[in-house]
Amino acid sequence: MANPDLAKLEAIAREGRVQIIRMLTHAGSGHPGGSLSVIDILTVLYFNRMTYDPKRPTWEDRDRIVLSKGHCVPAQYFCMTKAGYFPESLLLTLRKLGSPLQGHPDRMALPGIEAATGSLGQGLSVACGMALGLKLGGKSSRVYCVLGDGEVQEGQVWESLMSGPKLGAPDHHLDNLCVILDGNGIQLDNFVKKILDLEPVVDKLKAFGWPVIDINGHDLAQIDKALDQAEATKGSPTFIVAHTIKGKGVSFMENDPEWHGKAPKPSEAVEAIREIVREPVPAWVQPVIAEIQAVEKK
Amino acid sequence: MPPKASRAAFGEVLVELGAQNERIVTVDADLSKSTMTAKFAKTYPARAFNVGIAESGMIGLAAGLALAGRIPFACSFACFVVGRFETIRVSVAYTNAPVKLVGTHVGVAIGEDGYTQMGLEDIACIRSLPNIPIIQPADEIETRQAVAFATEHDGPLYLRLTRQNLEPVHDGAYRFQFGKADVLRAGSDVSILATGGTVWNSLEAAKKLAESGIHAEVVNVATIKPLDEETLLLSAGKTGRVVTVEDHSVHGGLGGAVAELLGEVMPTPVKRLGVSGFGESGDAKGLYVKHGLDPDGIAKSVQKFLNR
Repeated sequence: MANPDLAKLEAIAREGRVQIIRMLTHAGSGHPGGSLSVIDILTVLYFNRMTYDPKRPTWEDRDRIVLSKGHCVPAQYFCMTKAGYFPESLLLTLRKLGSPLQGHPDRMALPGIEAATGSLGQGLSVACGMALGLKLGGKSSRVYCVLGDGEVQEGQVWESLMSGPKLGAPDHHLDNLCVILDGNGIQLDNFVKKILDLEPVVDKLKAFGWPVIDINGHDLAQIDKALDQAEATKGSPTFIVAHTIKGKGVSFMENDPEWHGKAPKPSEAVEAIREIVREPVPAWVQPVIAEIQAVEKK
Repeated sequence: MPPKASRAAFGEVLVELGAQNERIVTVDADLSKSTMTAKFAKTYPARAFNVGIAESGMIGLAAGLALAGRIPFACSFACFVVGRFETIRVSVAYTNAPVKLVGTHVGVAIGEDGYTQMGLEDIACIRSLPNIPIIQPADEIETRQAVAFATEHDGPLYLRLTRQNLEPVHDGAYRFQFGKADVLRAGSDVSILATGGTVWNSLEAAKKLAESGIHAEVVNVATIKPLDEETLLLSAGKTGRVVTVEDHSVHGGLGGAVAELLGEVMPTPVKRLGVSGFGESGDAKGLYVKHGLDPDGIAKSVQKFLNR
């Protein structure tokens, strides 16, 4: 969008990083690395791009987002609470018995989640179907799909990469679909390039017929500009390859496969939050830290 | 009515329903000539999507279409549809996306193509998933009504269809009801609960059994999930002996569902007829004889079961 309020978005993303650490610490499990790498992308989508109404989560004309890398849903839960889908207090129920905030997204449990994901590789197919269905229904809504880079090793992703640019021809091309790769370079076991390298991923995508935009996935202005470009692209869906850093914002988590899927201990969480917000610690963060310290004492 | 494959009846009625409801779309994976959606694709080219030989992508695409308000029929051979179990499990069942999954070419009755193309475990797999009912019609008239029901049903479901022609077991007055089994022949000595292509064979078996003084009740179980517990318990309570017949593995299909029900609610001796082990190439008739699913085979199994 023209002239995004970058300072506002940056503040939201920073708050998101604090809330991700907070949620995971209270849950005692989860995936901090990928949640921290995707939060800037989700912040721009939720707070400077998508049209939606948190009071009417099934509103027909809403834009859709499918977080195919479902294990990073804490980042989305933050955006949803910030947007007004549910009260912030619910964040502390993440992964707990009876909570709509499931460890991986559950469409039936939490209004605003568009599809269950977490079994990797499925979200792109579903997003293609949504985009196609909206086109057939004469809707102008857009669909966003966020993939992880390790996830792209799944065969089903390539099935949809093959068909995506061709689907709906000649009258219903999926130019309402934008796919974003959170390319943090790390998967559960190790670095992506050590497990099964995707490179040259941009060349591969182009060969499959996707217009590709290559960006720094932590530069809010670049993210926003790429989304502009995607929206302006007619006759084809767009693929944004966002280069990100796993664990971004917490130096001891950054670029370390160990932080793919473990929650910080309370002392680590406090250290992480202090680093994210920097000195002086803002007033709203002080009770968050106290609350985590209280967990440690228990 | 002449015999007709349920896949053929499905293909025909879908074209008719497509004229009334523009939300109906088809998604295929290069088998539309076999699943019989090719006619729909020819009639409504803008509403038919062939994604290539990519069944996981096909099912995911159908889930998205369903979530965006379309009524997608995602069609392939039953083994290839349900072979993408994980996509069905998460993108259809758990997401509760109202996809109409259609598995054709079920059972050993497909014959010469052999085991890899035979849907033999699909009922067992789908039965284990919440949210997805299973319907297997027994003839053309039932298929037409079941497909019409599928378009109205607000949720996912799985429709199991045959490659081979099916002799009619219903007359024109028949009305399919979701979740209801229908008693095709009343009897007092044994209940034969059958589904799909084996229903007519079971009726023929009942005629043979009648010649030797055994009065078999034949029940068509078109809705395999959820089971019509009331009708089945009533029949089993009356006869005290139950035989299930299906062109599917003996594990986890109709026989498994019935045994679970009776075991918990009303312990009753049950004999499950179906396919043991893998299927194989051969003529359909020969395969039915080998697995005891032809009228003679069913009648013999029933006799043996009652005399034990």
